[in-house]
Amino acid sequence: MASDDDRSVTDYTLNQVQLERIEKILDSDLVRSGINSVLMIDMAGNIIAKGDNGKCNHDVYALAALASANFAAVDTMANIVGEDFSLLFHKGEHESIHFSKIFNEFLLISLFGKEGSLGLLRLKIAEAVEKIKSVWH
Amino acid sequence: MAFVNLKNKEVQAKVVFYGPGRGGKTTNLEYIYNKFRDRIKSDMVSIKTHGDRTLFFDFLPFDIGKIMGYDVKIQLYTVPGQVKYNATRRLVLKGVDGMVFVADSMVEQREKNLLSLKNLQENLTIYKKSIFKIPLVLQYNKRDLEKQGIPVMPLDMMEKDLNSQLKVPYFEASALAGDNVINTLKKIISLTMASLQNVLK
Repeated sequence: MASDDDRSVTDYTLNQVQLERIEKILDSDLVRSGINSVLMIDMAGNIIAKGDNGKCNHDVYALAALASANFAAVDTMANIVGEDFSLLFHKGEHESIHFSKIFNEFLLISLFGKEGSLGLLRLKIAEAVEKIKSVWH
Repeated sequence: MAFVNLKNKEVQAKVVFYGPGRGGKTTNLEYIYNKFRDRIKSDMVSIKTHGDRTLFFDFLPFDIGKIMGYDVKIQLYTVPGQVKYNATRRLVLKGVDGMVFVADSMVEQREKNLLSLKNLQENLTIYKKSIFKIPLVLQYNKRDLEKQGIPVMPLDMMEKDLNSQLKVPYFEASALAGDNVINTLKKIISLTMASLQNVLK
């Protein structure tokens, strides 16, 4: 765990321009592709950026806290079995939730309904993750 | 560490309630939640076992209004106190900005307080944080039990056991009755915000 934390969440900084770029990616790549709500959080459970289609009323702060803890637990399990799980997916009857890691520091949480193709959305999420990573270059 | 959103002028900081099992960490959060229910928009989140013990954490987001032009959200967490849950306790400490150590005043819990404080020190080290540097408040909980004839440790004994080296602010409290719960909260918020001042300038 110590090595995981070498590039610690305490060390990242995001300026206003970077934040705006990330929010734009969330909106144009994900919300407009049919994702109901998307959150980018850090592993401490803080919300870094978010976007939604205006129809979501979820408690996003609780969601962020639970998602970061959930993912941290999954990460620890991955370490135990010598793996690295970079994404998670839970399918619901009406809404599904997809988590992808961005570097070791952030998590992208996407919520979407039954409309739209799951494969296409996962592709869009993967593309958005790469675009967000490029914000640091 | 706290996330400061310069664009939305928002700060999110994480305060964790730590301490031995059945010491009153969850009861602190429940009291705060009930006291400020009209100001707290979200529900308190608790991940418990069937026996009503904390399994992972409790979570309560708390908007404290504007400080230095920033909207400040304090995210309150508890850890599971039981010794066996150390792995999950560590996870909750990630990115912590301030700590409340809830010690149990009952005489029979003396050893457990010491072990839990030592465990906190070890777990903070994993995140390259020092118990001597992080904003920290001690809360000597369950002081009300004395009235019911249950033996509690004298204050100076608890101070000597837990605070002789740390020398941090402390409160005698009863989380169940609410005595000094809010004062503990106010103190840790002010210490945490003071530690973030350089970032907010």
